[in-house]
Amino acid sequence: MNTFEFTRPADVTSAAAVAATANTAQQGAEVRFIAGGTTLIDLMKLNVEQPHTLIDLNRLPLADVETLSDGGLKIGAMVRNSDLAHHPAVLRDYPVLSQALLAGASAQLRNKATTSGNLLQRTRCVYFRDTAMPCNKREPGSGCGAINGFNRMMAILGTSEHCIATNPSDMNVALTALEATIHIQNSQGTRAVPINEFYLLPGNTPERETVLEPGDLITHVTLPAPVPGSKSFYLKLRDRASYEFALSSAAVIVKIENNRLAHVRVALGGVGTKPWRSREAEQALEGATLTESSFRSAAEAALKDARPQTQNGFKIELAKRCLTHALKVATQTV
Amino acid sequence: MWVLKVVGSATAQWAISLLQVGTNAANMSDETKKNQASGTDAPTGLGSTSRRSFLSRIGTVGLMITAAPITRAALPATPESTSTPAPPSPPQTGMPVTLRINGTEHHLQLDPRTTLLDCLRENVGLTGTKKGCDHGQCGACTVHINGHRVNSCLSFAVMHEGDEITTIEGLGQPGNLHPMQAAFVACDGYQCGYCTSGQIMSAVALMNEPCGPNDADVKELMSGNICRCGAYSNIVAAIQSVRQKKLSESSSVAKAKADK
Repeated sequence: MNTFEFTRPADVTSAAAVAATANTAQQGAEVRFIAGGTTLIDLMKLNVEQPHTLIDLNRLPLADVETLSDGGLKIGAMVRNSDLAHHPAVLRDYPVLSQALLAGASAQLRNKATTSGNLLQRTRCVYFRDTAMPCNKREPGSGCGAINGFNRMMAILGTSEHCIATNPSDMNVALTALEATIHIQNSQGTRAVPINEFYLLPGNTPERETVLEPGDLITHVTLPAPVPGSKSFYLKLRDRASYEFALSSAAVIVKIENNRLAHVRVALGGVGTKPWRSREAEQALEGATLTESSFRSAAEAALKDARPQTQNGFKIELAKRCLTHALKVATQTV
Repeated sequence: MWVLKVVGSATAQWAISLLQVGTNAANMSDETKKNQASGTDAPTGLGSTSRRSFLSRIGTVGLMITAAPITRAALPATPESTSTPAPPSPPQTGMPVTLRINGTEHHLQLDPRTTLLDCLRENVGLTGTKKGCDHGQCGACTVHINGHRVNSCLSFAVMHEGDEITTIEGLGQPGNLHPMQAAFVACDGYQCGYCTSGQIMSAVALMNEPCGPNDADVKELMSGNICRCGAYSNIVAAIQSVRQKKLSESSSVAKAKADK
């Protein structure tokens, strides 16, 4: 690991000011915020990240969860995953978020990992993590080792000829279904970005993963008020029962009126280069009956653009079954 | 012949320390503990040799023997001359940091790259916390920060000023074991023992977390601690026995209150 300067800013303004001196806020940033450290320190040990300055956010007052006057929820950037998963408001109003958080990592990692850190969790692609291998995300122009390599875990949605790496987060999938908004502060002021616009597809620039620029600090995330009478569920399928990344996951929010689906939100994990909102599935489900065939049709629609690699073709069927089953559980028609 | 003998005693010493449930400070005198707390390499009962320097010397001898065909000429003739010089003390540079570990304050000068795990083991001398994968995948390095379990390998020590850090050494000692340590002994919750201190730290923290009553609930919440020997069923049994005891104690306390 390269050495770095460790700084502990007094407030959000000075934290953002130090970060603004970097040339990029994306892969290879010279200045990095550190929250839980569970991704960053791991990547620094691998020399995938080599910041010369770390800005410790752990003393900043960003760790509160508050109910908003409109019935929504404000989640501080530094709220730990375990605290958020067990927060009474989350358990009551956004069970899909609690379930997704508890499906991720291990209990001790959840005690460290934070809301903003998890938003910026990096891919687990083995070629990204190994500096001896080509990777366009880590080293633009070096090629993609995964496309003709070990790609069983890789994405089937949102890929490009330059990158097929999966976004590994569970929390982000639930936040996508919940239509979260990410609040960002920099020296110019604040801005709010809907989560579906926060992540970028890899395209020709896989090293750019989000809309963040140097000096941007995520301060909090807001969730809209829960839809009255809605039910939500997170289903994660993986190689072992616990402490493993998703092969496929689904976050679904449904409201049933007169035995038909009246409000549906669908996001998929483990299959996309970003947390994957499926408007195709939502459109297919709007007004649909609560039958396995309507759920299956929605799953077909969600995966119609899926592009398998040499080793991960099974993910297409797995993702369809995952979404179908999640809808059955959420609508209590299992 | 000499080498074989020494390896034998090393194994015995290892076995003893495992029976002490990962507490390296377990059988140490007050003087030793003081030494350890101040970061000096403390003796552990093999004359004036510490376990760590002793084992590293064995490693050196082993290496030399492996490389015998090419280094025979360099192989020392007498056991005495195999001693490697004491490692140089770490340079007094870096950031001044005060860490509160097991109730004791340690004033340290740390390279900011020092993980909490390396700090505990190398700078403070608390080697009960183990380094397994060093990437947050195995749980061997689990310690408590302000009562919550975390992977100490994925944290820089300088981030923990003002925190209350607890390691396996701070839980209990032989003769006064923490109930979870005693349960691991009683249930045989380990084989090689390398993951044990992390398992116990995790299990103790689990007692204060939301956890359902079943074995499956415990297994889910213990999934961040890998045991390559596969002692899982005995680990779950140890944890469940402590939870049962706590449950029956709290119900008898409630009953006693109700009787009043």
